[in-house]
Amino acid sequence: MAYLITNVSVLGAEPRDLYIDGGVIAEHKGEEPDHIIDGTGLVALPGLVDLHTHLREPGREDAETVETGSRAAALGGYTAVCAMANTSPVADTAGVVEQVWRLGREAGLVDVQPIGAVTVGLAGERLAELGAMADSAATVRIFSDDGHCVADPRLMRRALEYVKAFDGVIAQHAEEPRLTEGAQMHEGEVATRLGLTGWPAVAEEAIIARDVLLAEHVGSRLHVCHLSTAGSVEVVRQAKARGVRVTAEVTPHHLVLTHERAESYDPVFKVNPPLRTPDDVKALRAALAEGIIDIVATDHAPHAVEDKECEWAYARPGMVGLETALSVVLSTGSLEKDGEIDWDLVAERMSRTPARIAGLTDHGHDPLPGAPATFTLVDPAATRTVDPVETASRSKNNPYAGMSLPGRIVATFLRGEPTVLDGKATK
Amino acid sequence: MIKHLRDAGDLDAGNATLILDTARELARLTGGREVKKLPTLRGRTVVNLFYEDSTRTRISFEAAAKRLSADVINFSAKGSSVSKGESLKDTALTLQAMGADAVVIRHGASGAPHRLANWVDGSVVNAGDGTHEHPTQALLDAFTMRERLGRLAGLNVTIVGDVLHSRVARSNVVLLATLGAKVTLVGPPTLIPVDIASAEVSYDLDAVLPTSDVVMMLRVQHERMNASYFPSAREYSRRYGMDGARMARLPEHAIVMHPGPMNRGMEISPEVADSPRSTIVEQVANGVSVRMAVLYLLLGGK
Ligand SMILES: [Zn+2]
Repeated sequence: MAYLITNVSVLGAEPRDLYIDGGVIAEHKGEEPDHIIDGTGLVALPGLVDLHTHLREPGREDAETVETGSRAAALGGYTAVCAMANTSPVADTAGVVEQVWRLGREAGLVDVQPIGAVTVGLAGERLAELGAMADSAATVRIFSDDGHCVADPRLMRRALEYVKAFDGVIAQHAEEPRLTEGAQMHEGEVATRLGLTGWPAVAEEAIIARDVLLAEHVGSRLHVCHLSTAGSVEVVRQAKARGVRVTAEVTPHHLVLTHERAESYDPVFKVNPPLRTPDDVKALRAALAEGIIDIVATDHAPHAVEDKECEWAYARPGMVGLETALSVVLSTGSLEKDGEIDWDLVAERMSRTPARIAGLTDHGHDPLPGAPATFTLVDPAATRTVDPVETASRSKNNPYAGMSLPGRIVATFLRGEPTVLDGKATK
Repeated sequence: MIKHLRDAGDLDAGNATLILDTARELARLTGGREVKKLPTLRGRTVVNLFYEDSTRTRISFEAAAKRLSADVINFSAKGSSVSKGESLKDTALTLQAMGADAVVIRHGASGAPHRLANWVDGSVVNAGDGTHEHPTQALLDAFTMRERLGRLAGLNVTIVGDVLHSRVARSNVVLLATLGAKVTLVGPPTLIPVDIASAEVSYDLDAVLPTSDVVMMLRVQHERMNASYFPSAREYSRRYGMDGARMARLPEHAIVMHPGPMNRGMEISPEVADSPRSTIVEQVANGVSVRMAVLYLLLGGK
């Protein structure tokens, strides 16, 4: 199928036509397309890349599957997602990562790049077969025990060192477990009032500080998952200034939601790391704009109804986010220049840099002639009111219910094939 | 009147004072040697939904409801949790079907009464939730202070001990601020929560005693030692326990309170607990009156 997209702005530039045939973008030289998409008013971005997605398969197919999560991702403008390892069984062997990878290919909606566990069973005791996962069909390059911190400093050092052999990166869920036993929400005035055990900012900052020193010491790559505090921003800033090879992500929810949300005791707002203070939100937005935080990653964490419709302390942490990520980020105004959306910066933080960190060479290319036809079309003028029920995800734990957000994904293409057209998934 | 009493924040000064005044009136009507019953809540159903053992609190609520002629159902759900047994929501739907006019809930998870209030039509009364609040305890404490000292506004109330884990302290801080008293929290810094609003903090008990009208001693659990909140019971007792020598530093009129159950010899010495300044026994009696007032007003009795 050949597609002609007319009058579309690539990354905010003067509108032009794009011709898509054979999986690549070409100049339109008058060929007859099979389909024409009117791109008037739309912006073309390289397909978004999510470095942090929980697809729940295998193990919790009632909450999400590779297919439903892939569909949600495509609807959010994503063309690739990195699937976290905390499934059941854990993705700590070549067999499991290849299974996830294959399920992703079968769904065919986004490229599903499995992340491998750092330690066997996420238990934090001994290294999983990182090399076998790297050499598998899934070609794993990112390793993470996400949900758990690799807390043992010696084990973390070894992991950082070991993955150098295949240019891997350790993505750390930074949480000193001894400082967060029983923790339910951000330690501060609200937690004190609500009688919920606090998750102190220092529990994150202490691990990031340790890990950047370890990464520096062994000359390895470190990626910090869901950085959530102003103090963490400063630790990463200093490390980068010294030349440490560290990258960091922020989630959309940490850019807009704050710990006051817990006042309802509605666990839809329970997430790990927890929602922080307005000052943290301010610092995270500034750090994302400045590049101290390299990327936005969703930490899309679907949960079944019974895991959220309960007491706060018994609920599982996490919120869905694939379908709303771009809109939430746009709503913050973090990626603007002179009051206008800086589309080049959006592409940098949500596509090119995450693709580079993950080693996904097919992704993160500006949608211009010669590039793979892996991109998304956004209508920046549209607004939408979030309804948790209107979702491709199996789960409805959406914290933005009722919020009015800017921007809408109109179409998404993966290697020349549309995965979303007219705002609807094609399969 | 409000519909639910989920925490002390549900009460403004007017409603809180109305509860205290009503409690006094109900105590007058039903007190004395032989306890009289009032027909006020005849035909209404009050469910005691207790996920934690607390015989004292359950009996107090049960007595309060019965003195108002309500039907009382005790629903002990101890040991239930989402992982085993029925969920709170399913239990709520059951109580709803039973036609509960009020659900008195004691639960180990902070905020459980707030969740419950989403799922039942009747009133929800918090009888202690996790480390969050225990608002009827604060009401009975305020009632006791007012009976003994004649007022609440302007009183200096010192709350001593494990504030971090105390739902009694949290409710008292909020309610006493609403009613115009000044609260000072005293304890080892490890047991004082961060960023606590509407209260002063001191680590020096002896320094605040001479200006305290009320000293409230909180129960300190021995297992806190294992989590390194303080080194030993002896050191805790020496620095933050109320004994005869410390009691002598209090002004003449000052009272000593304890929500019970006490660790005699830990946070309070027998000499203090049994002294005329101690309100511990009348706190129990006042508890019934205050809980009667709460049920009466929330259920719109007349
Ligand atoms: Zn995580």
